Amino acid sequence: MSLEKIQEQIREAAGRGAALCIRGGGSKDFYGNAPRGERLDTREHAGIVSYEPTELVVTARCGTLLSDLEKTLSEKGQFLSFEPPGFGAGATLGGCVAAGLSGPRRANAGSVRDAMLGAKILDGRGQLLAFGGQVMKNVAGYDVSRLLAGSLGTLGVIVEASLKLLPRPPEELTLKFELPQAKALANLNRWAGQPLPISASAWRDGELSLRLSGARSAVRAAAEKLGGESATQEEAARFWAGVREQSDPFFVGDTPLWRLSLPSQAPALELSGEQLLEWGGALRWLRAGSNAANAAAVRAAASKAGGHATLFRAAEKPQGAFAPLSPVLARLHRELKRSFDPAGILNPGRLYPEF
Amino acid sequence: MGNALPQVDFVLQRKISEKLREFLPERCVLWQQEDTQPYECDGLTAYRRVPMVVALPETEAQVRRILQTCHALGVPVVPRGAGTGLSGGALPPGDGVLLSLAKFMRVLRIDPVARVAVVQPGVRNAAISDVVAPFGLYYAPDPSSQIACSIGGNVAENSGGVHCLKYGLTVHNVLRVRGYTIEGEPVDFGSEALDSAGYDLLALAIGSEGLLAVTTEVTVKLLPKPESARVIMASFDDVEKAGDAVAAVIAAGIVPAGLEMMDKPATHAVEQFVRAGYDLEAAALLLCESDGSTAEVEDEIARMKDVLTAAGATRLAVSRDEAERLRFWSGRKAAFPAVGRISPDYYCMDGTIPKKRLGEVLKFIGAMEKKYGLRCPNVFHAGDGNLHPLILFDANDADQLKRTEAFAAEVLEKCVQVGGTITGEHGVGVEKIDQMCIQFGAAELETFHAIKRAFDPKGLLNPGKAVPALSRCAEFGRNHVKATGQLGHAGLPRF
Ligand SMILES: Cc1cc2nc3c(=O)[nH]c(=O)nc-3n(C[C@H](O)[C@H](O)[C@H](O)COP(=O)(O)OP(=O)(O)OC[C@H]3O[C@@H](n4cnc5c(N)ncnc54)[C@H](O)[C@@H]3O)c2cc1C
Repeated sequence: MSLEKIQEQIREAAGRGAALCIRGGGSKDFYGNAPRGERLDTREHAGIVSYEPTELVVTARCGTLLSDLEKTLSEKGQFLSFEPPGFGAGATLGGCVAAGLSGPRRANAGSVRDAMLGAKILDGRGQLLAFGGQVMKNVAGYDVSRLLAGSLGTLGVIVEASLKLLPRPPEELTLKFELPQAKALANLNRWAGQPLPISASAWRDGELSLRLSGARSAVRAAAEKLGGESATQEEAARFWAGVREQSDPFFVGDTPLWRLSLPSQAPALELSGEQLLEWGGALRWLRAGSNAANAAAVRAAASKAGGHATLFRAAEKPQGAFAPLSPVLARLHRELKRSFDPAGILNPGRLYPEF
Repeated sequence: MGNALPQVDFVLQRKISEKLREFLPERCVLWQQEDTQPYECDGLTAYRRVPMVVALPETEAQVRRILQTCHALGVPVVPRGAGTGLSGGALPPGDGVLLSLAKFMRVLRIDPVARVAVVQPGVRNAAISDVVAPFGLYYAPDPSSQIACSIGGNVAENSGGVHCLKYGLTVHNVLRVRGYTIEGEPVDFGSEALDSAGYDLLALAIGSEGLLAVTTEVTVKLLPKPESARVIMASFDDVEKAGDAVAAVIAAGIVPAGLEMMDKPATHAVEQFVRAGYDLEAAALLLCESDGSTAEVEDEIARMKDVLTAAGATRLAVSRDEAERLRFWSGRKAAFPAVGRISPDYYCMDGTIPKKRLGEVLKFIGAMEKKYGLRCPNVFHAGDGNLHPLILFDANDADQLKRTEAFAAEVLEKCVQVGGTITGEHGVGVEKIDQMCIQFGAAELETFHAIKRAFDPKGLLNPGKAVPALSRCAEFGRNHVKATGQLGHAGLPRF
């Protein structure tokens, strides 16, 4: 029912060339460039289509609340291993895939894109298209479902997604270490090269938190080897939720928030502003201004280190949310956009101003 | 297509060779038939075509110029790695250039701290793990062809291996692909960071079967070698029970490092060939591996043994040391060549199905064996539902060949019908191009063509592979209906 409604709305808008702003719970309105256009609400198209725990796969509609989905999975001892941040109670699966954001476990368990097995979309013509499927291995056709992760709705309205799941690890333990940033980075990279059951890491303000997950024996052996001070279960749960949902004090306040995605071994950045590190050093959050000079400095530092910088949260994003693309990549983006959405009506400008 | 005598356009051949010789040394351009013949097919030997010209560049600058030259001439280019592909993806163009990356054999950089290696596309899969072994690291995806296949080919096919249930496919283990578009523009997909700005073009490039760009450099992720690994060999007196045991292992919250199944005909073929010590009485064998810290592996092996016993395993053997572990795996890894020994020819299928439909699909295959009077041993990446039924036949018998085609087509169609796919890891190539018409509708296929056009507007890079023309599907549909449920492998000449 609601699928037809969405389809109708797309067709109608395409006919008029009117921009549509695809929106679920609106928990990620802040992300990317400012949303514009008439609202296309995905929330009615909700519900789990199929869930077979022994297949390690779930298929659900875009409007399904992330919280509902996670609850269903956890009843069977499984979870979305990329720990997507909701950034609000209304977060939907469609928004999670479109934003392509992964949480603390990403460096060890993979990203949204890694877990994508299949998707159904309504493209900019209102055509219903199905890519991938519900099986782990599938190389028939280009991997469009993974391309959708992080596309911010610019290629199609993601109406259904199939994701790979993992069993919840039986044991989890968080260790804390007092360390300066450079030392934390060195340790994280060294540990990552050893067979240790690390499932998350975060450094801020001289303290490194390291989460171990897995079989009880593996977690205990690793804890013994690594030392540090163990956090209580409650402390740990609160801390990781704070990092994942950005409710941790580091993320509070109006100073713009930059997200730098770098090779994990990149040295500590010499940028002014407070930092929080995740993903074994591969993700660095920075609180720093977003004016032209700052933006240029942050983007230059990120690109020099072999990565890129996103202006994640800021009142205004005049320099664009995302790092600019090379001319060849920009051309490929435009061509892809045009083939999925010839009228350019789906979330225009959300990813890059020019499309 | 097929083994028809090549009808070479000598004028064009000469023109291309001369153009390429303007910047390539003599040893890098082959055009005489005795030199080009070895490139006539990949691992799917059913399809052969002698390439018009073979180019063997040694530098990126040469790759670039080859592409620019071909683009300017409007001549098709087919990239080739080691030629082990099983779907005819590297089948050469009769009217263009086969671009072999075989000389791109260097490991450019190993960074043990960042746990990455930057390699050229011709580097063999197994060679990566070999060179990084001194750092206690390895490259996880391990196709059975790993001693021969190239990383460039792995990227093109999104290859898997027996450990991909836990460690993922090529797409999960490659950070960056550098390549050239058909117009000779350099492109970088991905980076050494965990994500990149914009669309995930890396995901699009991986598994694109050489249709979007020519890979010239690959940055792979390296993992620390697990402290310990042990494998259980479990026997079952019934294949369906073995299938249920697979589900039971997953339901117990275990993700084994590897979970493979072989039926009795497969174990018999293999045992003659490698003496892996398989239980020849069993109707089906499961190989179920655990890796991690020593204590963890002990725990997990004990848990898996309980689950397998409860699921009705008639015999369990756990590898006692590394040599025995490798021996248990050797049989599985040698399954294709072993089957090649007991039959003049074999045809390897590659469908994936939801695991819960395994019993049904195996029964279906059993019925097809009777219907077509051909044997079909099964090896199966059980953990991720990827089936490799191997139809045994004799290509010299035209009727057997026809029956094999029909058999394979019915099985692939069955895979789609139960909610699976026509190819889990071998790719579509030329082989499964008609089955793409069953897997996808016209709108999806048109989207694939549009993606192709975004990268290659003239359609010169590996044309005619992976995505069927809509007109071809229309014709296929007509034949399909005519044959009352049987797929004719249109244009499939000989295996
Ligand atoms: C005995 C045997 C066992 C096998 N086992 C497995 C298995 O367990 N898992 C699995 O996934 N596969 C398996 N395969 C299939 C095959 O080995 C893989 O598909 C492999 O990745 C092909 O690599 P290659 O270098 O031989 O590529 P090729 O066969 O040369 O080419 C394959 C495709 O890649 C393209 N290509 C190659 N190099 C490049 C490049 N540099 N740039 C752009 N495109 C390129 C070609 O155009 C072609 O479309 C097996 C094959 C055999 C013969």
